[in-house]
Parts: sequence; structure tokens; C-alpha cells
Amino acid sequence: MNIELKHIHKRFGAVLANDDISLTFSAGRIVGVLGENGAGKSTLMKILSGYQRPDSGLILLDGQPAAYHSPLDAIAHGVGMLQQDPLDIAPFTVLENFTYGRPGGLSMGRQAARKALFEIARRYGFTLDPETPISHLSIGQRQQLEIARLLSLGVKTLILDEPTTGISAEQKTILFQSLRALARDDGMSILLVSHKLEDVIALCDEVVVLRGGRFVGGATMPATPEQLVGLMFGQPLPPEPRPAAQLGKPVVQLDHVTIRTPRLTIQDFSLTLRAGEVVGLAGLDHSGQELVLRACVGLARPSHGTLTIGGRDLTHKPYRDFVAAGAAFGAAGRIEEGLIAGLTTTEHIALTATTGALVNWANARTITEAQLKQYDVRGTPASPVETLSGGNQQRLLMALMPQSPVLMALEQPTRGLDVESARWIWAQLLERRAHGTAILFLSPDLDELIAYSDRIFVFFAGRFCEVPDVRAATIDQLGRLIGGDFTPEGR
Amino acid sequence: MSKAVQRIGFALVPVLISLLITALIIVIAGADPLAVFQSVLEGAFRSTSAFGGVVNFWIPLALCSMGLIVTFTAGLWNIGVEGQMVMGAIAASGVARSLGESLPNEALIPLEILAAMIGGGGWALIVGILKTRLGVHEIFGGVALNALANVYAIYLISGPWTPPEGGSAQSTSPFPTAALYQRASGDFPVSLLGLGIALAAILLVALALRGTRWGLHLKATGKNAKSALLLGVPTVQSALTAFMVCGALAGIAGSYRALLTYGSLRPFISGGIGFLALLVVLVAASRPVWTTLIALIFAVILGGSTRLRVALQLDQSLAGVLQGTVVLLVLLANGLRQRLAEPRRPRKEAPRATVERQRSVIID
Repeated sequence: MNIELKHIHKRFGAVLANDDISLTFSAGRIVGVLGENGAGKSTLMKILSGYQRPDSGLILLDGQPAAYHSPLDAIAHGVGMLQQDPLDIAPFTVLENFTYGRPGGLSMGRQAARKALFEIARRYGFTLDPETPISHLSIGQRQQLEIARLLSLGVKTLILDEPTTGISAEQKTILFQSLRALARDDGMSILLVSHKLEDVIALCDEVVVLRGGRFVGGATMPATPEQLVGLMFGQPLPPEPRPAAQLGKPVVQLDHVTIRTPRLTIQDFSLTLRAGEVVGLAGLDHSGQELVLRACVGLARPSHGTLTIGGRDLTHKPYRDFVAAGAAFGAAGRIEEGLIAGLTTTEHIALTATTGALVNWANARTITEAQLKQYDVRGTPASPVETLSGGNQQRLLMALMPQSPVLMALEQPTRGLDVESARWIWAQLLERRAHGTAILFLSPDLDELIAYSDRIFVFFAGRFCEVPDVRAATIDQLGRLIGGDFTPEGR
Repeated sequence: MSKAVQRIGFALVPVLISLLITALIIVIAGADPLAVFQSVLEGAFRSTSAFGGVVNFWIPLALCSMGLIVTFTAGLWNIGVEGQMVMGAIAASGVARSLGESLPNEALIPLEILAAMIGGGGWALIVGILKTRLGVHEIFGGVALNALANVYAIYLISGPWTPPEGGSAQSTSPFPTAALYQRASGDFPVSLLGLGIALAAILLVALALRGTRWGLHLKATGKNAKSALLLGVPTVQSALTAFMVCGALAGIAGSYRALLTYGSLRPFISGGIGFLALLVVLVAASRPVWTTLIALIFAVILGGSTRLRVALQLDQSLAGVLQGTVVLLVLLANGLRQRLAEPRRPRKEAPRATVERQRSVIID
């Protein structure tokens, strides 16, 4: 299907998210949509897939103007979007989820649906058992299910938002193969929104680049990462030199800690973090690294072992005691855990800065103005936090954290951020580290782990091992460990 | 259309439509709508004494409404406000019965109000503890405690507190005059103290929510308890204090019913005022000034309608029809306005998830 976007405008409050964007996507092509955070690519894709309506502008599908008011409408027009978090309903089975959104209500029998699912799964090599509950699937399988569902609804354009986040290498291979087949054999248009330039390079036929809400250019592949970064930022960024570590005395100690959940057990984990040390935690989602990190701030409870911060025994103490001892926590889901949708930036600052019974709003506003400036948050003191882009939300979270904590425990500190924002965040973190803050972070980005960690622990299904020599570590080596190969050769 | 005109339109149009619908129903019932409306207004405003009746209804309604603004801000559905009123009335009645003959009015009233606040606040605290410690949703806990409070009142009236001359389970004996709120005059049968407390409650709640750290904590807890906890807000404490403040205000409202409206303890003494307050706060979208005004309008409609039977041989439940349609249409208009306003967030962020998350965090 050929898609033409003409003069799309979309404004959110003071922010012009899409500023007169006109683009054409041809049938049978895989197009990467690139741009830094807040460039407007998510908004544009939401408009194209019916989640949001443009303020003005036109969408032409195969030359016909299309006006639709809901995602279902868009699917009926042949445009489907695969969200970053698959939109399935957990308690139900694969087959039940597969049938959602079908026209004809109850008329399509389970047998017909089962057959349709089977056909699609066989063709693209998806491993989907119809009777498995969604809660037992990996992110990659849930993605496959959603793609299968959209295909069965007759979608001719597929939009994918960060589809390779949280899926295994094998699933990524299957995904890319099926996308190529869909474009080549079925003439589908495929739009890929991703921050991962290696994915874009591996998969796309061409790219379009947005910056500040405007379409600023495109390129036909092949292109190098440097060329793409150049398009996104105007100039390629040199690699960041790795700063030297100056370690102080031990500040955080986990002593023979055991954490049990219904899913997995982490047995006998010990770790000493010294002031100024950066320790990275690696592993596939839910391999245990999240539990260890959360245990370090009192948000997961060890069944055995002890935990001290700054010499204080905090075993089985609540989160607020950890905070009082100098720990700071940053969750991966910023707007779910960290920021409060519906409250303004000033209200957030007032929450953390107010110590007396009364709120001094004038003062809070002054502090907020200064903090927004210092942390380069693009927003006003009156902006509700949900109107900020991901990068700006992360910078605001940094502004809300204490200036020099003993420990910062961070889940994916640069999740969903563009290269420039990610570097900015790390510059902030390294500055705090230079003042003696110990940093514990987890990340799915192996480059980030190798670039910033003094030590790395890899988790696999609750088991763990330390990477022997981080300075000499390679992506391949980390990849093997993350895959569970803890043998001496694997290390 | 300018913003101000739009806002006023969204406030007025649903009221006008509900007047029309009610008028239609009155016509179908075979009466003259204008005469009915006139009779209601006359019923409310024909004399200072009639208007006094309206104010006597408004005072407990306003107190409960302000309490509910507090719990709504913290993201809590305190449907137990009815039971909290009843427990306030029972506690105040207990003081009135035991000390009514031995202490002067000036000493009794503060004691009774204090007892009412403890009774209502304590009853609300139970709902809060059930929620935060045991994971019982406040709506279920509230409904159960409402029933318990009413049953307890009936037990007292027909058992230990039954009048010596033999009970009909209708009420306790009248309390001594010294134990009652003093009416301003025969022409204006309102307790100025009660009026003052209600006005003070409006002012204090409005200020507390706007200008105190506690108010900010409530708002943060209500919007996203998980984030609030991570930002250092004591969410459990916020929820519990919100319940207690609401319960204490509802308790005072209950004492006003017992110690002024009836002068004795009766079954179902709250008269549905707590539930009505929930509607008031919903219609006013938790804004204190609007809440105050809408509570007054409801008081006028309900107070004035008592005259319908005398003047037009119509049942006063007609007022309930008007009130019900107003509530429905105003809520409809609010929803419509939200839909017309530009959606800030994409639809995929369903409220379902946030509700679940909030619950899991307020629970300690």
C-alpha cells in the first residue's frame, strides 16, 4: 500500500509535535523512521495508525484520502501498529487474543481462528501454541501474536515501535525474516521506529529522519551508523572516552543475599560496592538482575542474608529507610514509577523540596525554573509531566534525585533515549560518581554496560556470574553469558 | 466561543435541560411545572424560618462534601461517609445522654463535637486500615461499615438507650436542652456555631489542599501512589489521614443531625446526606467553591420540596427526580467537555492499570 502524508500538524499545548510533515511511503519498502526523543516520530505514527488525530493535514492511502477516528478504523483501512508493549490481555490465551478485533463478533468459530493462526505462524516460523495463556509468553512471542493478529485482519501497512526491545536474538532474526518476506512477497509497507541504528541498518531499505517535529531528510540504504547519526543530529558524535575510576571505601554491601519469587530464586548473592564505583547488571528481562537492584533500595525483600548501606544494616527495612541512608532509585518506567501524571514539574519539585508543613509555591517555582534550566528540561514550571518527552522526563527525574547520594540504583537509565540524551544522562551520573556516589544500574544495551561499568554481573534465570575483566570484555562474550553459557569457555 | 462562555455553558446547559426534563415529567403527572418550581422556591425562601430549614440541611451536607473532597483528592472512594455520620451522631448522643444533665451547654457542645469527630474519624480509620493493611477495597469496607453503624444505632435505640416510657424503636428520649446546638432564634432556627464550623471547614480544606505539604501528598498519592512512594511521600499515612479527616467532618455532620435537627438519636439519622454529598462532590469535580454552591442548590431543592404536598398535593419525591437528572446531566456534560478538550495522553494508557498499581502501593 502506498501512503502519502500531507502537511500533518499536531500540537500538544506549547509543543508543536508535528510541524507540516509531508512524506510518502511506497508499497514493498521497509522504512526506518529516525529521530531523537521528542522529534515527533511517535506522534506521527500514532496519527497514521489512528491513535491520535492530526490538527490538520491529510492521509492518502493508495491515493484515496482516509479519515479515521480509531485504531480499529485504521486497521479497517489496512494500517496496523505494533506497540512497544504488546496490547494483549494477560489472563486469556493466545487463541483468544488472536480473535480480538475481528469483525463479525462471535461468528468466527474457534476452529477457523485456530486454522488462521496456524497458517500465519507456520509461514513466518512463529512459535505460538493457541492454548498458552499470554502470561506464559515472552515479549517476543507476544509480539509475534500481535503481528499475526494484525495480518489476519488484513493489514497492508505495518508500523513497529521499537520492536527489538526485550526480545531474544533468535526472535529478532525470525522477526526480521518475516518482515522482509512481508515486504517482498506481499508488497506490504513496513515502518520501523527504532533507536537501534544497527537494527535499522540491518533491516531497512530507506530511512526518513525527523527533528524538532519537522521532516529534515532521508537516505537510501546502505548507510553507516555515523551517517545516520549525522542525519539525526546534524553531525556525528565522537565516541565518549572512558573516564578513569577512583574508588573509595566500601559503601554498599550485600552479604549472601537470597531472594525468592514464585518465578526464580537468586541464591547467595554477595556484592560490595565502593564509593565511586559503577556496577552494571546484565541479563535478559526477568533473569534476576531487577530483583537484586530493587533489593538494594528496599523494594524487593531478601529471605536470607544482610544488606548494609554506609555501614547501616538495612536488612528488611522499608524503602524510606534506604532513602534516609542515602540511596536513590530510578525505575525503568518513568511515568509509572517516578513521576506522577497530572502533576506539574513545579508540584514535583515541591514534593521533594518541601520540608515544613506549608508549601511555599513562589519558592518552589523559582527552584523549578532553575532546575529545568540546569537539567536542560524542555518544559515550563506549569507543564504537567506527562506532556514532556521521554528524555525530558528522565532529566526531570535526575533533577528530583538527591545531589550526592551514597548509592544510585538505576533501571535502564537511558531507556528509549536518543544518543545525545543518553550521553547527557551519563555525564550527569559520572559527575556524581566523581563525588563518591556508587552507581548500580541495569541495562539491555551491551555497549552501555561495557562503556560505563567498572564491573559487570550477568544474570540468567536467577543464576549469576561476574565478568572477569570488564576492560577486555566484548559484546560477543557478554552475549554468550546473557544467553546462559556460564562455562569457563563462555566467560 | 471564548473559554469563559464555554465553561459557563457547560455548567448551565445541563441544569436547564434537567429542568426541562423534570417539567416534562410534571406535565405527564398532570400538574403545572411553573407552579411546582414556584412552590419549591417558596418552600425554600418564603420566610427566614423556611430558609433556616434549608441551611440546617446544607450544614451537614457541606461538612460531608468537604470531607469527601479530601478523600477524593487522595484517590479514595469513601462511600463509608454515611456510616461515619451515624457514628458521629451516636458518639455525640452518648455524651449528651451521660453528661446532659450535669454540664452547661458551653462545656457540653465542645465535648460532643470532639466525641463526634472521634466517632466518625475512628470509624473511617477502620476503613483505612482494612484497605492499607488487609487489601479490602474502601468501597466494600465502607458499605459494610455503613450497615454496621446503622444496625448499631437501631440496637442502641431499641435496647440500652430506649426511652424509659417504653420504646417504639423510633428514637431515644429527647436530649436535655443543654446538650443541643443552640438555634439563633425562632425565626432563624440555625445554629450559628454549626454554620461557623461548616464555613471554617470549607476554608480550611480549601487552604490545606492548596497550600500544605499534606495536601500535596494527598494529591500525589491520589494520582500515582507508586511514584509518590518513590518520591518520598508516606502514601499509607496520606490515605489514613485523609480517611480520618473526612470521618471527623462527617462525624460533626452527624452530631448536627442528632443535636439540632432531631434533638434525639434516630435510626438512619444521616438521611442519605453522605451519599448526596458524594454526588455533590462528583458534580463539582472536587472544587471547594463549586461544592459549596451545589450543596446549597441541592439543599434548596430538597428543603423547598417539602411544601409540594401542602401546596399542590404532589409527593416531595419529585425533588429527587430533579436532583437525579441534574446529577446525571452535569456528569454527562463533564464527560463531554473532557472528550472535547484535546486529549493529552493517547488512549492506550488505560486507567485500569493505574488503579491496580495504586492499590498495591497504598497497601503497606
